[in-house]
Amino acid sequence: MQTINAVTCPVCGCLCDDIELTIQNGRIVKVKNGCAVCEAKFLGYNNEHRILRPLIRKNGKLVETSLEEAIRKAAGILAEANYPILYGWSSTSCEATRVGVELAEEIGGVIDNTAVVCHGPSILSIQNVGISSCTLGQIRHRADLVVYWGSNPWSAHPRHIERYTAFSEGRFQKSAWKGYLAKVKASTVKKKIESAIRRVFFKKAPSPQPRKGLPPTMFKEGRKLIVVDVRRTKSAEIADYFIQVEPNKDYELLQAFRALVRDQEIDVDKVAGIPVEYLEEVADLMIRCDFGILFFGVGLTMSKGKLKNIDAALSLVRDLNMRTKFAIMPMRGHFNVTGANTVSTWQTGYPYAVDFSLGYPRYNPGETSVMDILLNEESDASLIVASDPVANFPKKAVGHLVRNPLIVIDPHMNPTAQMADVVFPSAFVGIEESGTAYRMDHVPLPLKKIVDPPKGVLPDQEILKRILSKVRELKEKKPTEAA
Amino acid sequence: MKKNPRLPVTLLTGRTIEQGVAKEYGKASKEYMESVSVCYIDPEDLKKLGIKEKANVLVSTDFGSVVIKALKSLRTPHVGVIFIPYGPWANVVVDPETHGTGMPFLKGIPAEVEPAQDKPVLSLKELLKQQFRKE
Repeated sequence: MQTINAVTCPVCGCLCDDIELTIQNGRIVKVKNGCAVCEAKFLGYNNEHRILRPLIRKNGKLVETSLEEAIRKAAGILAEANYPILYGWSSTSCEATRVGVELAEEIGGVIDNTAVVCHGPSILSIQNVGISSCTLGQIRHRADLVVYWGSNPWSAHPRHIERYTAFSEGRFQKSAWKGYLAKVKASTVKKKIESAIRRVFFKKAPSPQPRKGLPPTMFKEGRKLIVVDVRRTKSAEIADYFIQVEPNKDYELLQAFRALVRDQEIDVDKVAGIPVEYLEEVADLMIRCDFGILFFGVGLTMSKGKLKNIDAALSLVRDLNMRTKFAIMPMRGHFNVTGANTVSTWQTGYPYAVDFSLGYPRYNPGETSVMDILLNEESDASLIVASDPVANFPKKAVGHLVRNPLIVIDPHMNPTAQMADVVFPSAFVGIEESGTAYRMDHVPLPLKKIVDPPKGVLPDQEILKRILSKVRELKEKKPTEAA
Repeated sequence: MKKNPRLPVTLLTGRTIEQGVAKEYGKASKEYMESVSVCYIDPEDLKKLGIKEKANVLVSTDFGSVVIKALKSLRTPHVGVIFIPYGPWANVVVDPETHGTGMPFLKGIPAEVEPAQDKPVLSLKELLKQQFRKE
């Protein structure tokens, strides 16, 4: 039995790097410190849904094939396509994305990452307005006011609150929750001891104490937590202030806050369903803090207003910086979506939706973004790496994706792989392959190789390199007319 | 025959912890289907529809309609708002329009819900075959 410390979790944008894994006979048997999703990944990744052999579609059915045959077929599809799309990249390493960019340039395709349906509008807006940001470590140690807007970390980034905000204790910030959590832990231990006594001595257990539920909002010492959301999520339940904004009204609420922060009067009683007095109280709290942080989620980017919502949020933080110190950060979803943007930026100049069809990188989201290309039915082949658009894109976009040749590189048999023409099984980055990933605050962290992948299963980077070299071979054989 | 009540609502899609756990396990798994082929509805709205929890409902928008299982929302109150976790079932009814931003409308879409006890929730394989005629 072997224990590995300081493992980086390859699940969400938090990239928690304090995971402890126990390995027995080449298998992960125990996960310490991780959240539910982290445990599900480390303990359950190698199951019956794993693809173990390359697959190819013959007579409408996916059948097993050799790696060489699959590479030849995939390279043939990509080399012949006029306007192929290369999409995914948020759940693989920066090293793999780098090869992806090279491949996109070679075949004159469009390379786009999952940011397009996540924080793509945030990126557009950051390019418009600018961003005052910081690292998560600074927030943990210094932030005395935390705002989550349109984001539910409890479900999407389960350890964000514990590691960086309300539940964490920093050098200069105390957490009022620490005592409460210690009590909960102590009571769990007490219950375990009681249950052991019961089992050993067959005695009747002492009657259980009535459990005290958490009040929906509680005022406590230490840093304050504000949650703005359309639903009373679990994150909202632990907040000091919860603002339940009406759906699609985030923009006007943000602008109302901007007015209040600038000491302007608001002539209505309610904004987005919230009484103005309540907003004044919250705005006052924001102005009075020493260091505030606004985390925003896809609640802002996916609803009405899209990038305009983010313009307003960034501007609110800019306004707040005239009164105090405030930072803002998008809650990035997949573990390396930030890395995909970063690699794309340093290689091509643009973070996503990069079109190489003219031979040089061009960036015009709305035209060169994968979603629009699919909706306008422009692409004629696709390569999907470590992503599942069939499960996450609107059906009109999926319809065009699956009507054209589709190549998938993924460890699991997901809905996109089920629809594919060529499927490559790949190793899990961060479990079976090392690499680099970027945390949501743009801090790069190393991903470790913990165990070996199944026999014959290669990492994304290696599969892409082989496809690229085959594409070059095919192009040399058949020089284009222009050349 | 009595006509089914149709309830106008606002549709939200998003992440749930169950969906997060199930997707890591595998999207062909039963757990994944059970975590995403559902719709969280406010208890008040369930009453208006005259249905109990776990009944099948038909959710329709301008872009399509899908049968999913209604669940009583624990994150109340949100009368007039329904929530479907991200996944192939939600994809059928979301608004693909990007307005030149690359991002479709995945939250805050006008929709209608009606009881559909006689219609089954399609499995992932059936749903993909029905939507895209490919398996």
